Amino acid sequence: MSESANWDWKTKEKLLVDLNELQKKFIDIRELTPSDDGEKIAAVVQPEDKRFTTCVNGEVWDETFEKVWSLKFKPDNKLVSLVFRDFEWTVAVDHEMWEEKFDFIWNMQFTPDGRVAANVKKGDDYGVSVDGKTWENGFVEARDLIISPNGTKTASAVSTKRIKEGDIFGFQEGVWTVAVDGVTWDKTFVNVWGVTFSHDNQHLAAEVRLNLYDYTIAVDGKTWEETFGCVWEPVFKPGSYDVVAPIKTPQGWTLAMNGKPIWGNFIQIWNQKYSPDGKRIAAIVAPEYGKWTIAVDGSPWARSFSDAVLPPIFSPDSKRVAAAAKESKYPFHMQSALHNIPGNDRYTIAVDGTPWAEDFDMVWDPIFSPGSDKVLTKVEKNGRYFIAIDGRVGRRGFEALWNPVFSPDGEKLLIRCVEGGKYYRRVVPIGEI
Amino acid sequence: MFEFLMSEAVYKFVRGPLVWIAFFVCIVGSAYRIYSMISLAKKEKVLLPYLSLKYGLRSILHWIIPFGSINWRRHPIITIVTFLFHICLVFTPIFLLSHNILWYESWGISWWTLPESTADIMTLIVVFSCVFFLFRRIIASEVRFVTYPSDFLILTIAFLPFITGFLAYHQLLLPYRAMTILHILFGEAMLIAIPFSRIIHMVFGWFTRAYTGSEFGMVRHVRDY
Amino acid sequence: MAVAEKKMAVAEKKTEKAWGKIVDAGLDEGIKKLTPEKIEKVINKALAAMGGARLKTYVDTCIHCGLCSEACHHYLSNDRDPSFAPVAKVKQTMWPILKNKGRVTPEFIRRAAEIAYTECNLCKRCSMYCPFGIDMAYILLSVRRICHLLGVTPLYLQDTAHSHAVTMNQMWVKQDDWIDTVQWQEEEIRAEIKNPRIPIDKEGADIMYSVIGPEPKFQAQLMGQAAIIMNVAGINWTYPSFDGWDNSDMAMYSGDHEIMGRVKRAHFEAAFRLKAKKIVMGECGHAFRSIYDVGNRWLGLKMPPVPVIHAIQFYYELLREGRIKIAKKFKEPVTLHDPCNVIRGRGLGEMARYVTNAICEDFTEMQPNREYNFCCCAGGGVINCGPPWAKKRAISNRVKAEQMKETGAHIVITPCHNCHSGIEDIIKYYKLGMHTKFFSEILVEVMEIPEEFKVG
Repeated sequence: MSESANWDWKTKEKLLVDLNELQKKFIDIRELTPSDDGEKIAAVVQPEDKRFTTCVNGEVWDETFEKVWSLKFKPDNKLVSLVFRDFEWTVAVDHEMWEEKFDFIWNMQFTPDGRVAANVKKGDDYGVSVDGKTWENGFVEARDLIISPNGTKTASAVSTKRIKEGDIFGFQEGVWTVAVDGVTWDKTFVNVWGVTFSHDNQHLAAEVRLNLYDYTIAVDGKTWEETFGCVWEPVFKPGSYDVVAPIKTPQGWTLAMNGKPIWGNFIQIWNQKYSPDGKRIAAIVAPEYGKWTIAVDGSPWARSFSDAVLPPIFSPDSKRVAAAAKESKYPFHMQSALHNIPGNDRYTIAVDGTPWAEDFDMVWDPIFSPGSDKVLTKVEKNGRYFIAIDGRVGRRGFEALWNPVFSPDGEKLLIRCVEGGKYYRRVVPIGEI
Repeated sequence: MFEFLMSEAVYKFVRGPLVWIAFFVCIVGSAYRIYSMISLAKKEKVLLPYLSLKYGLRSILHWIIPFGSINWRRHPIITIVTFLFHICLVFTPIFLLSHNILWYESWGISWWTLPESTADIMTLIVVFSCVFFLFRRIIASEVRFVTYPSDFLILTIAFLPFITGFLAYHQLLLPYRAMTILHILFGEAMLIAIPFSRIIHMVFGWFTRAYTGSEFGMVRHVRDY
Repeated sequence: MAVAEKKMAVAEKKTEKAWGKIVDAGLDEGIKKLTPEKIEKVINKALAAMGGARLKTYVDTCIHCGLCSEACHHYLSNDRDPSFAPVAKVKQTMWPILKNKGRVTPEFIRRAAEIAYTECNLCKRCSMYCPFGIDMAYILLSVRRICHLLGVTPLYLQDTAHSHAVTMNQMWVKQDDWIDTVQWQEEEIRAEIKNPRIPIDKEGADIMYSVIGPEPKFQAQLMGQAAIIMNVAGINWTYPSFDGWDNSDMAMYSGDHEIMGRVKRAHFEAAFRLKAKKIVMGECGHAFRSIYDVGNRWLGLKMPPVPVIHAIQFYYELLREGRIKIAKKFKEPVTLHDPCNVIRGRGLGEMARYVTNAICEDFTEMQPNREYNFCCCAGGGVINCGPPWAKKRAISNRVKAEQMKETGAHIVITPCHNCHSGIEDIIKYYKLGMHTKFFSEILVEVMEIPEEFKVG
C-alpha cells in the first residue's frame, strides 16, 4: 500500500491504449495485464506468425520469441514475462533477459523487495531461481514456490530420491521433504503439502503424511506429537511460532494449535486466516453438512450458504471479516455449460455474516477500505464488469476491469478498465462510483 | 405334548397375553429398528440430504407394481410368485373372517372380510410360494450360493402359520384345537421374528428403495427401475 | 477347559479360473504385514467411522434372492458362476466381516481385496436390478476402504493413488510438464485451425476445462481436439497452470478417502481461483463421479460447488445451439457405449444419442443401452489395477464383446477414458475388429471449420 501514496491520484482519466488499434496491428493479443498503478498496460502479442513478444502501452519489444507467458508487473512497474526461444526458457524483466536459461520456468512470483523468483527445471534438476540465481542443490522434483515474508528465503516441497513408477513400497518409505534455499529438512515424509513461513522468516510449517494414514504438521521437519486422520494447510500465528491448522478427528474437523484443538467440531474447516493484529482467526467452515460459512474465533456466522464460501478477508483494523459466498436454489437441477439456471450459482459478498442484498454471476475477493469502513469488489453481471461498494453496484459497466485500488486516504478509487475497446486509468471519488 | 396342545390353559395363553406380547414386540421392535436406522442415517450425514419424496415414491411405485421395473419384466414367473406371495401373506391374515371375529371379540373392531374360499386359495398360494422359493433356493445356483440356514428359517417362519391355518380350517392332520393353537403360535412367532430377522425387509425395503430412487432420480437424473 | 479360539472367517476356495492365480505385490506383500489382531482393530475402527446406517440396513434387508445376479457382467461373462453375482461378492466380503466383527484371516482379506478391486466395477447396475435398491457398489467400496486401511491394495492402483497424493493428478505429471503440454498443444493445432489459443490462468473465464492425467501424459492430442472445439465454438475458457487441473480420482477407488478429498478440493479451488463459472470436463466417467457425488460429499459439499458439465453434455449444447456445425457426418458404422458414471450416474443417455446422431450417419444401438447398458469392465478402478489383471478383465466381460459384435459397427464411441481403453482391450481379446473413438475425435473430424479459422 505504501507505494500507492506516490501514484497519481489527481488525474481523473487517462486513456492509455486503444486496444482496437492494437488488435489491427497484431495477429493476436493475449494476457492483457495492467500495472498496479494503472499507468501501464501490457500484453503478449503476436506480430508475425508463430512469433510472440510483449507490448507495453502500445510499444512493442523488438525481440520476438516462440512462446511468451505469465505476464506480471513488478511493484516498480517493470514488466516480467517468461520467454522461450531456441529450446530455452528465461525470464525477461522489461527488455532485459536473465543470463541463466532453463528447460522450464513456472510459478513466477515477486519478493516484497522486488526480486523475481520462480520454480525452474534444468536438465534433470528441479529447484528455485531468484533473479537468475538458482539453488545450488537440484532435486528430483520441486513443487510450488513459497517466499518468506521479507523475501530473503524461498522454499519448495521437494522429492529427494528418484523412485521408479510403480515402486509403491519405496514411495511409502518417504521421499518428500521441504527445501529452504535448496537445503532440505533432515526428515522425509510420504507427502508434504501446504508449506508456509513464520512471520520472522525463520521457521517453516507444512502438512505431512507419515504413512498412508497418519497426517500431522511438521515445523522445521519436527512433527507434532499428535497425528490425525487428515490435516489442511497450517499458518503461523503472527508474532509467534505457534502453528494453527485444521485437523480431522473422529468427532469432525477442528482447528488445532501446536497439536491441541482450539475450536469446536465442524463438518469442515479450511483456509484459516489471522487478522492483521494477530488476535483473531477466521476460517471457512461447514457447521452442518452442505452448509458453508465463516467462523471467527470458533463462532460461525448465523447465516450460511449452500454452495461455498471463499477465504475470509479481515479489515485492516482486524475488526471486520468479509468473504465471497455462493448459493444455489435448485442444487439438483440439470446444469448447463452455456447458460445459467435462474436462481443457481449466485455469488455475493458477505460482511460479518450479512450478505449483500444483490447477487452476481461472479464476484472477486472483497477489498476493505484503508479505514475498514467500506467493502468493495469487482462483480460480473450479464457479461459486464462493475464495481460494487457495500452492496451497491456502480453505475458504469466495463468490458474488462481489474481489481480497484483505494487511495491511501480511502477517498478515491483507482479504476483500471476497458471501455469501448480502450484501456483507461481513472481516479474516481468513492461517492461517484 | 399333545394333551398340552389341547389344553384350555394353553389356548387361553396363546389367544390372550401372547397375542399382546407378539404385537407389542413386532410393533415396538420394528419402530425401534426404524428409529435406530434413522439415527444412524443422520450420523452418516450424507444420506438424508439426498432423500426426495418425489423420486423415492417414483421408485417404490415402479417396484410395487408387478412388471413395473425392468427386473420384474425379466423374470415373469418369479415376479408373479413374488407378488402373489407377498399380497397373500400380508392380506390373508388381515382380511380373514375368523381373524376378524377375533378382533371383534377382543377389541370390538372388524372390517371387510375375504370370502372363505378366496382366503383358502390365498393361503395355498402362500404355501406353494414357499415351496417354490425353497426349490429355487436349492436349485438356482446363484441363490444357493448365498443361502444360509437363516434363509430356510425365514421361509419356514412364513410357511408355518399358513400351512397350520389351512390344516386347522380343514381340520386335517391334528384335532382342530391343537392345530389352531399351533397356528396361533406360529403366527405370533412370525410377528415376533419381524424385528429380529431379515423379515425386517418388509420395513426397511421402503427406505432403501426410496433412498436409491432419490439418488438415481434426483441426483443422477436416471431411472432405477 | 481351553479357552475357545476366536472364530475367524477364512477365505472361500474358488474354482480355478482361466486366468489362474494372479500375483500382485500390492496384495501379496500387503497381507504379509497383517495379523488377525491388526485386522480386527483396523476393521472395527473403520466400521465405526463408516457409521453403519447403510451397511447395516442393506445387510439386514437383503433377502438373498439372487435377483441382482443377471445385472452383473462378471456373472454373465463367467458362465453364470454364482460367486460373481453381486450379492455373492458381498457374501464373500462384507457379510463375514460384519458377522465376525472383523475377526478374519489375512487370506480372507486378500480374497476380499481381489473381489472388491477386480471383480466389481462399482457400476451400480445391480442397484437397478435389486428389488430393494441395495447399493452393492457402496458396500464393495466400503470393503475397499477397509483394504486400503489394511494396506492391501493392487499395486498399480496404489501407485496411481500415490501420484494423486503428490501431484494432484493421476499420472505423476509434474507441474512443468503440464504447462509445457498445454503450450505444445497450442502449437500442434496450428495445423488444424488458424491462430488457435489455449488460455492459461485466464481469470474470469466462463469455463475451466479439466482433463485427466493420462491426457497430458499419453493422449495430448485429446487436449488439442478440445482446444479446436473451444476455439471454433468461441468459448471463453482456460486451463489452470497450477495443481487442480486433473479431475480424475483413483484414490476414490483405492479407498483413500483423504487423498480423494484433497484432490477434489484442489480441483474446486482451482476453479474458484480462476473465477471460472463452470467446470467442463473431458470424456471421462469416473472423474465425473468423483467430483459429482463422491469426493465432494467427503468434503461436506452437498453438490459440486462449481457446476461440473461432462463433455457429452457440452458437445450436446454446442451442437444444439449451433455453436459447432457439422460439415459432413462420419460415415463408418458406429455404436455407442454408455459409460456407467455419466449415463447411469448422470442421465446423459439421450444427450449422448443426440450427439451421436448429429455427427454420425450410421448408428446402431447396443442392446441393452442407456442406463441399462453393461459396464466396460475397466471402470471402478479395475483397469487401473494394471497388467496383472488385464486378462481377467477381458474374460469377465464377454457379454460386452457379444453386445458390441451384435451391432456390426466398426467404431465404438466411448465417451470415457476407462471405457475407451477397456473396450479396446476387449475388442482385441475377442478379435472383434473394431476400434474405439472418443466423441471429440469424430467431432473434430466432421465439424465445419469456419472461414476465419481455416488454415492457409
